[in-house]
Amino acid sequence: MELIKIRDLHVNIDNKEILKGFDLNINRGEVHAIMGPNGTGKSTLASALVGKPDYEVTKGEVIFKGKDLLEMEIEERALEGLFLAFQYPVEIPGVSMINFMKTVVDARREYRKEEPISPVDFLKLVKRSSELVGISDKMKGRAVNEGFSGGEKKKNEIFQMAMLQPDLAILDELDSGLDIDSLKQVAEAINKLRNENNAFLIITHYQRLLDYIVPDFVHIMNDGKIVKSGDKDLAKELESKGYDDIMGLN
Amino acid sequence: MEEVKNKVIDELSNKDYEFGFTTDIEMELAPKGLNEDIVRFISEKKGEPQWMLDYRLKAYRHWLTLKMPKWGHLDIPKIDYQDLSYFAAPKNMPKYESLDEVDPELLDTFNKLGIPLEEQKRLTGIAVDAVFDSVSVKTTFQETLKELDIIFCSMSDAIKDHPDLVKKYIGSVVPYTDNYFASLNAAVFSDGSFCYIPKGARCPVELSTYFRINTAGTGQFERTLIIADEGAYVSYLEGCTAPQRDENQLHAAVVEIIAEKDAEVKYSTVQNWYPGDKDGKGGIYNFVTKRAICKGNGSKVSWTQVETGSAITWKYPSTILKGDDTIAEFYSVAVTNNHQQADTGSKMIHLGKNSKSTIVSKGISLGKSQNTYRGMVKFGKNAHNSRNHSQCDSLLMGDKCGAHTFPYIKVENNTGIVEHEATTSKIADDQLNYLKQRGLGEEQAVSLLVNGYAKEVLKQLPMEFAAEATKLLSISMEGSVG
Repeated sequence: MELIKIRDLHVNIDNKEILKGFDLNINRGEVHAIMGPNGTGKSTLASALVGKPDYEVTKGEVIFKGKDLLEMEIEERALEGLFLAFQYPVEIPGVSMINFMKTVVDARREYRKEEPISPVDFLKLVKRSSELVGISDKMKGRAVNEGFSGGEKKKNEIFQMAMLQPDLAILDELDSGLDIDSLKQVAEAINKLRNENNAFLIITHYQRLLDYIVPDFVHIMNDGKIVKSGDKDLAKELESKGYDDIMGLN
Repeated sequence: MEEVKNKVIDELSNKDYEFGFTTDIEMELAPKGLNEDIVRFISEKKGEPQWMLDYRLKAYRHWLTLKMPKWGHLDIPKIDYQDLSYFAAPKNMPKYESLDEVDPELLDTFNKLGIPLEEQKRLTGIAVDAVFDSVSVKTTFQETLKELDIIFCSMSDAIKDHPDLVKKYIGSVVPYTDNYFASLNAAVFSDGSFCYIPKGARCPVELSTYFRINTAGTGQFERTLIIADEGAYVSYLEGCTAPQRDENQLHAAVVEIIAEKDAEVKYSTVQNWYPGDKDGKGGIYNFVTKRAICKGNGSKVSWTQVETGSAITWKYPSTILKGDDTIAEFYSVAVTNNHQQADTGSKMIHLGKNSKSTIVSKGISLGKSQNTYRGMVKFGKNAHNSRNHSQCDSLLMGDKCGAHTFPYIKVENNTGIVEHEATTSKIADDQLNYLKQRGLGEEQAVSLLVNGYAKEVLKQLPMEFAAEATKLLSISMEGSVG
């Protein structure tokens, strides 16, 4: 079943065109990986989809769960079930993880016209999610990302994803800042969260992450659009041949 | 996008002051103006003894020699002191045995303010000495307090029932000669709270007073005196909100706190006087003198304030660390929005040895407001090995507001350590976007960020007060983003 449909998406930053006619369909239950050299617009795609200001959509359409995504504010897109694991998660001093998560979980429930979560259910959800991702109680007690190491911040993103159970999660450069053990742990958590109702869009430079989270589709992006698509073997081929060769630039 | 945002801001900033309502209860007003006869009128109305009248008259005569202070970073419109009334009391004020006997309209006012007396009495264990304009209406929990010989009553009652204590302590921390507003207060103070914790007693409940201004054109001059005798402990809460008025209202309170040897006083306040409308019209002028003395060795005083209201705030809760090994703390969050002006901070005067003080001030400026921190740390000649740490942070939202910091440090003893840290920041778009991507709307995201910013101060507040303060901060933030 179709979850998101991106058609001919053009995005400008500071009047410079970065995405130049991007197309992609993702169905529920699928994992897509987008690879490509630096500066091809991978992170721009993520930012534009979640609706960050300063990313000006000049053309194209995005239909998410049958609705026009581009018409929605950033928080509305989130409430509809779109999640971004940030490449560089920011620190929110003084706001404890627990308080933050409770506020966010309840904001979603309110959007769905549900009662706030009970403290017991909330704590169960926190316990389950933190065990899944492997974050410590100490981390949960701290302010959001404050004083977290690069790896802890990334784990924290996946913890939040586990808490919120989005329909579509975009993972932007998840592997940067993670050591190999943490990478395995986080990948395992994601694999457990994969099901037939959700979908993942993984943005990465390297094939390494895809050894642990095996994608159904791999797309190679260059100069603001997808230039080649394939299955998981495409990522391996890329690893051995390099971008230039794959994209036929040599 | 930007247009939509501005529209939302406009709508929200047009939101009226939530507690803007007035109550029709007959008032007995003093004629407008100020002279010795008025001072006598007030004293007589309250049935005060001669010594109290003499004190008021001395203060009044001194006040005549003073001029309004101009050193604040404030733009204060001229105040015509002859055009104000200096006394207002609800008529027919019997002391009630039960709430059934209280004027239902008055009870309704309290309910609107969220302080149903019976609920509080039953559920929270807070003794409330509610001040309705100038005269105390209801005092609860007297029995519990009585068992410990704790006195918690209106200042008027204290003058009648405990004259020796009042005589000994009133004006001992803030003398009537202290400053223009303190002098005026000493001459015309209407009522306030009096609290005495005897030797060794720990007050088991948070003592709480809610103030409310209710008569247009009436200055409110509260006088509060808190005394913790040797080894005693008390936590005192003061919170207030005022009805909407077009006319500016003057509020010049005096609070004096005395901590004897090994005593501890915690004083918390949430101040939400009417700030004026979005164009800066109306609003309360809040010119307050609050001072404590750590009189005996080993005593401790802690001030916590959340300031969101008033058109103009002039307020510096201060502590004199007279005894050795004394501790003083000042935690403050001051929010200014629209055209509000605040000049607030603290003074820590170290006189005793090994005295320690901490100042944590968080200013938040929005709209076209001006928010000033003014602080003084002084180490006297004999204040050996004393320490002060001051942290002074300013958060700005928008580009039309101002944040200012004026720290003064005077050190006459070279064995001490003074540290001053200051930061100025803006809420980053990155932070807002992060929170929004998790599903929070603009208001909620800003509110979370601001409460996080002020957490160090909010966590000092007693539990029930902290919730109220958090809510108040969120309300103050509404319509402020852009």
